Amino acid sequence: MFSADTPLLEARNLHTDFLREVSFAVPRRQCLGLHGDSGSGKTLLLRALADLDVNQGEVFLEGVPRENFTGPAWRQRVALLPAESHWWADSVGVHASSWPMPVLATLGFPEEVLQWQTARLSSGEKQRLALARMLANQPRVLLLDEPTANLDRGNTEIVEKIILEYLESQQAAALWVSHDPEQLARVARRRAGMRKGRLEMEEG
Amino acid sequence: MDLVLLSPWDLGIAAALVCLLAALSWMLRLGIGRQLLVAAARSTVQLMILGMILKTLFAQTSLWLIAVMTAVMLAVAGYEVMARQQRRFRGSWGYGLGTLSMFLSSFTITFLALTAVIQVDPWYQPQYLIPLLGMLLGNTMSGIAIALDNLTRNTWEQRHAIEARLMLGHEWQQAITGIRRDALRSGLIPIINAMTTAGIVSLPGMMTGQILGGSPPLEAAKYQLLILFLIAAGSGLGSLTAIWAGSRRLFDERQRLRLDRLTGRQG
Repeated sequence: MFSADTPLLEARNLHTDFLREVSFAVPRRQCLGLHGDSGSGKTLLLRALADLDVNQGEVFLEGVPRENFTGPAWRQRVALLPAESHWWADSVGVHASSWPMPVLATLGFPEEVLQWQTARLSSGEKQRLALARMLANQPRVLLLDEPTANLDRGNTEIVEKIILEYLESQQAAALWVSHDPEQLARVARRRAGMRKGRLEMEEG
Repeated sequence: MDLVLLSPWDLGIAAALVCLLAALSWMLRLGIGRQLLVAAARSTVQLMILGMILKTLFAQTSLWLIAVMTAVMLAVAGYEVMARQQRRFRGSWGYGLGTLSMFLSSFTITFLALTAVIQVDPWYQPQYLIPLLGMLLGNTMSGIAIALDNLTRNTWEQRHAIEARLMLGHEWQQAITGIRRDALRSGLIPIINAMTTAGIVSLPGMMTGQILGGSPPLEAAKYQLLILFLIAAGSGLGSLTAIWAGSRRLFDERQRLRLDRLTGRQG
């Protein structure tokens, strides 16, 4: 079951009251770029894959059906980075048990960032810290919902580099939602479009 | 000491005060005069009927009649709890959750008080059972209503933060722990306040009634203490049950947050 060509993440006939028969597979170290108009179901697809919304169909992680995992165990491995991150405690540090310090440094944060107050973070800081917070769990699959939407050009490049390096070093995979075709061309070898709850793979 | 019997005339004087308040409300355009009069009329009718029912009940000590009476009390209290929720659970949970929690807490504690503390024979002697249960139901009702309302309202408001924790692989208990604690605390605040100020700021209603009815003050105080402790235990247990079951219901077997199990905002 764990042969090298088993896709890292595979969905078969995934559907909800909005999504229609979504099937795809992403191999290790690859990123699938996802685009589509707002309201086409991109975010709903990511939420269904992370098992946050009620959905039907089969999803496999390295060939293992998701029913073999508890909800939390699944979401630690198939991690969703939402477009807007939310913080439930006053200080940044308590939001992860072991922060990846090299990632924080690459993102340009000093070590004291863990003592910062979440209420005072800018939207860009929140987005970058949420990425670091998610990577702390060492997920196998990253579901990225416009991970650079609030970032300037410099930070966008840094975030792209961190994610691509993570996929390479951890043999992980990603689904990357973006409105920017140039970004998808940079980060994703394959691309797919969402339209009215359907996923259409694009060739080439 | 003899019991001073109240004549309809005596009650009329007190009722006139309520009418005066209603008139004031109309003059000041508070818009609550009508509600006030309806509530006053309701309490008059309800308490008179209750008095008559209790009179026959006390004369008979029939377990069946008492069971019917307590079932009606529980049913009404359950409805009250549901009506006070801004966001209720859909389906039978909306009514069942509060009612069951009240049943578990109030009925067991009343039973315990009757058999172990007051030790009346038979334990279901209505003269003790009905007032005790009424006190307990009335107070656990407010406790549970406040606690549940807190739970569902805060879960709704903090849904993004809860989901942020679920996304990071937290268990549902972790994700809702703060909200659950706050809800429980809010359900216990009324009785804690009542115990704190009892006898200093306020003379509790039951003790007042007993003293006016001619009981020695120290005996009345002892009964009041018993009631306060029972109420504290009752609303604590009831809120715990309701919050535990309610928060479990907000998540499904895959530990997803299921806000679709709540209704929209009521009223």
